[in-house]
Amino acid sequence: MNAAVIIDRRRVLAGGGALIVSFSLGSALAQQQDAPQAAAPSPPGSLKTSPYLDAWIRIDADGVEVFTGKAELGQGFKTAFQQIAAEELDIAFESLKVTTADTRLTANEGYTAGSNSMKDSGTAIQNAAAQVRALLIAEAARRLGLSAESLRTADGAVIAPDGKRLSYGELVAVDMLHVQAQPDSKLKDPATFKVIGRPVPRVDIPAKVTGGEAYVQDMRLPGMLHARVVRPPSYGAELTECDTAAVGKLPGVVKVVRDGNFLAVVAEKEFQSIKAMNALAAAAKWKETARLPKQDDLVNVLTSLPSQDTTIFERSNAAVAAHRTIEATYTRPYQAHGSIGPSCAVAQFVDGAMTVWTHTQGVYPDRQGIAEMLRMPPANVRLIHVDGSGCYGHNGADDAAADAALIARALPGRPVRVHWTREQEHAWEPYGPAMVTKLKASLDGNGKIADWNFDVWSNTHSMRPGGAGSMLAAQHMAQPFAVPAPRPLPLPEGGGDRNAIPFYNFPNTRVVHHFISAMPLRISAMRALGAYHNVFSIESFIDELAILAGADPVEFRLKHLDDQRGRDVIEKAAQAFGWKPDQKPPPDRGYGFAFARYKNLAAYCAVASEVEVNRETGRPRLVRAAAAVDSGQVVNPDGLINQIEGAIVQSMSWTLYESVTFDDTRITSIDWQTYPILRFSSVPESIEVHIIDRPGQPFLGSGETGQGPAAASIANAVANATGKRLRNLPLTRKRIKEAIDA
Amino acid sequence: MRASTRIIAGIVAAVLIAAAVAAFAIVWRPAIAGIDPPDPQSFDAALVKRGRDLAAIGNCSDCHTPRGAKNFAGGLPVPTPFGTIFSTNITPDPETGIGRWSEAAFRRAMRSGVNREGQHLYPTFPYDHFTNVSDEDDRALYAFLMTRQPVRAAPRENQLSFPFNQRLAIAGWKLLFLRHDTYRPDPRQSAEWNRGAYLVEGLAHCGACHTPRNALGAERVSARFAGGDVDDWHAYAINEQSRSPVPWTADALFTYLREGWHPDHGTARGPMAKVVSNLSSVPASDVRAIAVYTASVSGTPTSGRTGPSEDALARAKKASQTNPVGASIYTAACASCHEGGRPLPYGGVDLGLSTAISSPDPRNLANIVLSGIDAVEGERSPIMPGFAASMNDDQVSALLNYLRARFSDQSAWTDLKKTIAEARRTQTVFLQTSPAPRNAPADPQQREKP
Amino acid sequence: MMTLKVNGREHQVDAEADTPLLYVLRDDLKLNAAKYGCGLGQCGSCTVIVDGKAVLSCVVPMVLLEGKQVTTLEGLGTIAEPAPIQRAFMEEQAAQCGYCIPGMMMRAQALLQKNSKPTDEQIRAELEPHLCRCGTHMRILRAVHRAARLMDTADVSPAANGSAR
Repeated sequence: MNAAVIIDRRRVLAGGGALIVSFSLGSALAQQQDAPQAAAPSPPGSLKTSPYLDAWIRIDADGVEVFTGKAELGQGFKTAFQQIAAEELDIAFESLKVTTADTRLTANEGYTAGSNSMKDSGTAIQNAAAQVRALLIAEAARRLGLSAESLRTADGAVIAPDGKRLSYGELVAVDMLHVQAQPDSKLKDPATFKVIGRPVPRVDIPAKVTGGEAYVQDMRLPGMLHARVVRPPSYGAELTECDTAAVGKLPGVVKVVRDGNFLAVVAEKEFQSIKAMNALAAAAKWKETARLPKQDDLVNVLTSLPSQDTTIFERSNAAVAAHRTIEATYTRPYQAHGSIGPSCAVAQFVDGAMTVWTHTQGVYPDRQGIAEMLRMPPANVRLIHVDGSGCYGHNGADDAAADAALIARALPGRPVRVHWTREQEHAWEPYGPAMVTKLKASLDGNGKIADWNFDVWSNTHSMRPGGAGSMLAAQHMAQPFAVPAPRPLPLPEGGGDRNAIPFYNFPNTRVVHHFISAMPLRISAMRALGAYHNVFSIESFIDELAILAGADPVEFRLKHLDDQRGRDVIEKAAQAFGWKPDQKPPPDRGYGFAFARYKNLAAYCAVASEVEVNRETGRPRLVRAAAAVDSGQVVNPDGLINQIEGAIVQSMSWTLYESVTFDDTRITSIDWQTYPILRFSSVPESIEVHIIDRPGQPFLGSGETGQGPAAASIANAVANATGKRLRNLPLTRKRIKEAIDA
Repeated sequence: MRASTRIIAGIVAAVLIAAAVAAFAIVWRPAIAGIDPPDPQSFDAALVKRGRDLAAIGNCSDCHTPRGAKNFAGGLPVPTPFGTIFSTNITPDPETGIGRWSEAAFRRAMRSGVNREGQHLYPTFPYDHFTNVSDEDDRALYAFLMTRQPVRAAPRENQLSFPFNQRLAIAGWKLLFLRHDTYRPDPRQSAEWNRGAYLVEGLAHCGACHTPRNALGAERVSARFAGGDVDDWHAYAINEQSRSPVPWTADALFTYLREGWHPDHGTARGPMAKVVSNLSSVPASDVRAIAVYTASVSGTPTSGRTGPSEDALARAKKASQTNPVGASIYTAACASCHEGGRPLPYGGVDLGLSTAISSPDPRNLANIVLSGIDAVEGERSPIMPGFAASMNDDQVSALLNYLRARFSDQSAWTDLKKTIAEARRTQTVFLQTSPAPRNAPADPQQREKP
Repeated sequence: MMTLKVNGREHQVDAEADTPLLYVLRDDLKLNAAKYGCGLGQCGSCTVIVDGKAVLSCVVPMVLLEGKQVTTLEGLGTIAEPAPIQRAFMEEQAAQCGYCIPGMMMRAQALLQKNSKPTDEQIRAELEPHLCRCGTHMRILRAVHRAARLMDTADVSPAANGSAR
């Protein structure tokens, strides 16, 4: 294998890649030209698209640095990547440095989304690290005149049988790692792992709990100015009048930027910019149009919009006869990401080059959009990811980056920091789309599901940038960029139809995706995409069928599931919860269960929950939850538990409380009064997360796997407690009270 | 002992015996035989549902479901000038609740403030109003309560000083203040008005807070609805003495009572928040009736209540000049919401419309500035940060004086510092004992006690 | 110009009387911990301690701070020498994105200074003004309990009792 790598490297060098001294990625196109032909087996993870080892790992005399094109969003994978690299490189965890997404430094890994970071980047780093280690051993073998097999590695050095050490820094030559990865790597035996699988403390937490500079919001570049944007009051509003003269004279104001409907003010100090923003907002006159749909009639609004209908799954077995049939409609409202820290970005335009520091999830696509908006070549635009507040999908991050770039261009030389207000974040972020599902299923004579029909109506679940038209600033400019036409996200991952296909085995199954291209509200990707509502629908309806069949919900699920890993998490969660088929909850309490395999191809998760409902007020309370998760090989068990715990708590808030509200013109949920989320008094008494580790199995990711099962588990527990089935999200106190009183 | 002395002694003895007999007749009430708790299924569902609405109008849960407790299980400490009285368990638990009460026993409690065992109840239970409730409505309330979840929770001992700890004293109180009339409709008024009067004077017991009380804790008949006290809050005058800058109308009252806020008056706070949250779930017609009757009680506004005056600007300027500290606090801490141009209830009332600022009693304003308005868990509700931790009494005083000078045409409050110090002390207690959002039925549009 | 005492040091600050403390801390004093979350007193991200009490710095104007002592998370400890509350949050790994955490820590610190053994209920009630979107609540609660234990056993040091260093 080592020889093959060297041959390959020679081929690349001979193939005209200049001898690259300092690391440079080159354009994605160039990489693709260099990439192995499609016929050849490709290396795993993101090595497929960024095959050079030095895109991932750089070694010099100062140490070892790991690069990822993914962005740390608070999931803690920066730490997991560091563990993976330390393990496969045989180097001390602490001695490594991990650099995240930066268009000048790291691979193009698209978006940090879809729970794909471990699968894409983690896998790439693991394999790159293993191959780099092999290269270093080969080099040491050459220098020492020993066989590679006789050498071992430890603590950042190759060690000979006589104890002689050659550090990685000594061994590496300038271009040694600028070689393409091989399809196969000699990975370590999971049984020997020393760092992977350990609950290593996260590397980012110390700064975050001591007031270190941890976020893009904390950046202070020399000479930095503070900008605030004045957004239109509603979608499509046009600025008809704005006397900026008075605002320009306010203390500290450096510039008022107006470009069509884009309006911003820049000042020396932050609070000056806020006062100026308020004055500018008061001076601006807008023409608004009423174009929002009726919020209370989502089922009709969505199902009557033109849709592109696709049967995405069909299976039939006429031998199984339907005995009893039920149907139900489930809805989900528009819901907000609601980051605690509103979006922020810093941009600086120097000598025709734009640099933007941003908490975007995709530095490369965002760069493309910003370059297009500014009509600059992408090469002159650099985007650097800096941590932000948790985003849970496509929030205002990219828009704030575009705002900063547009404003900074008007003030060459000076770094400009833009921070959105709370109201702007709530009113302008792209929401998780509203959805409708209609289900119809029958039991056969033996109490098993005979047929299953599932229809889902949804927008796309990604309007992320790539083009400028996805970003507010570009949409609001005098020469605006049109919002690109939405496209359904392709299966098997899917968008609105993510997890629409049941993971269970039903003899007759039909699943139809009604893709709606009209987007009355600005929408995009939110944690788990369509899987949140589809799993809520499927797992609620499975419960309805179990009740119809007089079966225990857990046994009923197992009866329809062949997948062993799925069965294992169900049994584990049930056992951890203390689930018993003949259980009887205390008065006013209910038990609920739900399961899903995220995207039907990633992590498995089952959640059991106990909910208490106050019969007088209708107020629901999640008392406790127990979950089991199988995410493949576990890298950082504590990080995984943190993710699942968080998913359950967040999903509980979505499920019980949250909906974006609007009148015919404006969004009316614009802060935490009007878009309430959970507070501490509703936090459960306990949440248990049990991991089923699968050493040596691929990383499956975990960021989004809990959302759907948690929602359905809670809904099922509410139904169990009240005897009433609620099918419209959120399951508010008022809806529950109405159901009880009905 | 001489004969005359004996005669006198005999007369005295006779008078005492007669008095004792009379007193016994007044004081003594028989126990009503206990029953086996009725089967919840034995009550008509429609009757239970009507009882639920009536219980909401009667605001029963406010006293009988304290923070963190089970529904209707009692235990709320009610401070009175005579000591602390604890609300009772009105769930159908046979041992600690009213499970063994017959309907007749329940009706007697509502009518004359006597429990099943024959003991007189303290008038913190507002039977002086409930005496107006019809038999039919008592039956519905009984059906509702007897179908609740029974909770075993023994009532707490009242903490009263002598002689108020003697139930005998209550009998005397009743003799003086309890009218056993039931409500009689006024044929000259509309059916809606009469319905409103029946509810306001009876089950809704509005006067219990909004009418001032005399030294013995009874409502002063001569000052009906002239403003009273509750939980260290001032319940505003809702008769012609109302100080709200814009006079109340039936429409405004309806919106306020139903939604918890009105653009001309702001949001319901303090103990009133719970009232409006209960009223959000009852039939609109009843709330409308309450509004119509209450508007007629308000009558014609006293002079000077014609809305924000033209010289408001001049007042604002003068207030800023004479009280720059108050002005700065207002600009940074208040104006971002109260002048944000956002619609009520989420933007904060235009303080020129605030009754709290034009009221003769500054307590409510002090309470709200110190404690703010807490979020209602999981529901759309106004939030206001409290400033108890960030402002000392001098600073609160400066702010309140500024608000008074700028947003009302009333003279400055006296003794403001004392009020603030007292509010700082009592609000801490109030927040710990008032019903918690978790137990309170709040409409999505509404909010809870601070 | 006004004088502001932060973390035991006096600063001359050029800010208007109506400027909220949050912007003076972040913009003039270059402190990171207090965060802008809403500017409306609804989320708790900006919480700092003033004279021993937790306050929302986004709605506290400078005019209120004359002669008062402000403590921010930076004043409690450092990475090398963390205060008990900071150690506790590190040990419990009580953060996901972490944006809301400094505000929570300051509220918890103020609570622990006046009540060294709070019940779970008291901690929850105290943290009610604070929002966390990642769902880290369980860990935050555990971290506050742990901090209480650490403060109980810690030597009385400036960091432990919350005054500035």
